[in-house]
Amino acid sequence: MARLRFEGVGVRFGDARVLDGIDLDLTERRIGVVGANGSGKSTLARLINGLVSPTSGRLLVDDLDVAREGRAVRRRVGFVFTNPDSQIVMPTVREDVAFTLRPRKLPKAETSARVDAVLDRLGIAHLADRPAHHLSGGQKQLLALAAVLVGEPDVLVADEPTTLLDARNAREIAARFAELPQQVLLVTHQLGLVADFDRVLVVDAGRIVADDEPGPALAFYERLLDAEDAASGGRP
Amino acid sequence: MIGGVAAGPGRIPALVKLGVLAVFVSSLVALHSPVALAIALAGVLALAGILIALRRFGWRAFAAQLGPVLWLVVPAAALNAWLAGPEAAAVLALRVLAAVGAAGIFTLSTPVPELLDAIGSLLRPFRRWVDADRVGLVLALTIRSVPLVAGLVGAVREARKARGVERSLRALAVPVVLRTIQTAEELGEALIARGADDGPSEERVSLGR
Repeated sequence: MARLRFEGVGVRFGDARVLDGIDLDLTERRIGVVGANGSGKSTLARLINGLVSPTSGRLLVDDLDVAREGRAVRRRVGFVFTNPDSQIVMPTVREDVAFTLRPRKLPKAETSARVDAVLDRLGIAHLADRPAHHLSGGQKQLLALAAVLVGEPDVLVADEPTTLLDARNAREIAARFAELPQQVLLVTHQLGLVADFDRVLVVDAGRIVADDEPGPALAFYERLLDAEDAASGGRP
Repeated sequence: MIGGVAAGPGRIPALVKLGVLAVFVSSLVALHSPVALAIALAGVLALAGILIALRRFGWRAFAAQLGPVLWLVVPAAALNAWLAGPEAAAVLALRVLAAVGAAGIFTLSTPVPELLDAIGSLLRPFRRWVDADRVGLVLALTIRSVPLVAGLVGAVREARKARGVERSLRALAVPVVLRTIQTAEELGEALIARGADDGPSEERVSLGR
């Protein structure tokens, strides 16, 4: 497994402090991140792929500094977004998955073999020549996952990949994530998805307020939500 | 659908097709006879018919290429008929339809990766000044943006109808523009995450963030 080290990481957007003083050493295979909207959990995930740069501290993927060696880091860290529509670039499923390999200038036969293998593995080989924008939401998210996996990343970061899906498709995507040999960091609001993970982080107001096994971490998060509801009188 | 075509055996190389298209469209500009332009358009439609019969693409996809252009061609031809006479109007309409029809056949019968490779080959002599991969990426995104924006417009039109303001132009334009910008930002992030800007050359400029 890769080692993700946050050393005093902070992120500010203008005057807004989004993350502050994050120190973490993540080596587990399955890591869940939960927190309310605006807590900073998505920013935490985006840091790992270099989509967001720390404004203080540093983040290392193994020994690679994400801020300095973003290109090398992105080859090792794949990212799945909430909205699969935003990730589709090419017109057909096969072309879109192959697009990930374009910068690597691989021989066509190798690209084709790798694309076929990943589509087969995710059970969407029958969709290979279909227009990508005509797929269902669940199929699009599987395509997004395939487009990341074809690059053979060591780490997969997913930012609420099931939020826009119905319960059946969410279960399907969660099952696919569970099968992956890669190290996975999953940001989610659906607490059940991380219930059997190795480690769960709870993010609140830009800080890690709980870092434990799923049982105690999720119990803490539930208490946190109850306390916030009580303080706000139930107002959203 | 644009460019949603699978690669297959026996296809004409994209570079050859691109060359034929360039010569054909240039010839249309040189033609000033409505009869000659009508023959050119008939040829385009006949070729489209053959390719549809061979199941290279569907007639709906081809009609979708020409349909939006009619919104431009019909008023332009009417204006031209009023200002310069019916022959000038016919020349304008036939020339545009033949050119767009030919371009439509090209995009529908050419897989996008082949098109990108063809553009890469064309730009290779200029690689000191032009980043062929970047040009290809822009082209791919342009093609991708058609169904994406169409989907956004459809969703916003439904929302407008649900709110009972289906005649309000502002209720259509504002959300479409905002959501298009948001989608473009998300797409840019996804491209960075997928390493689209991490090509072999180290000196490349960042895509944005």
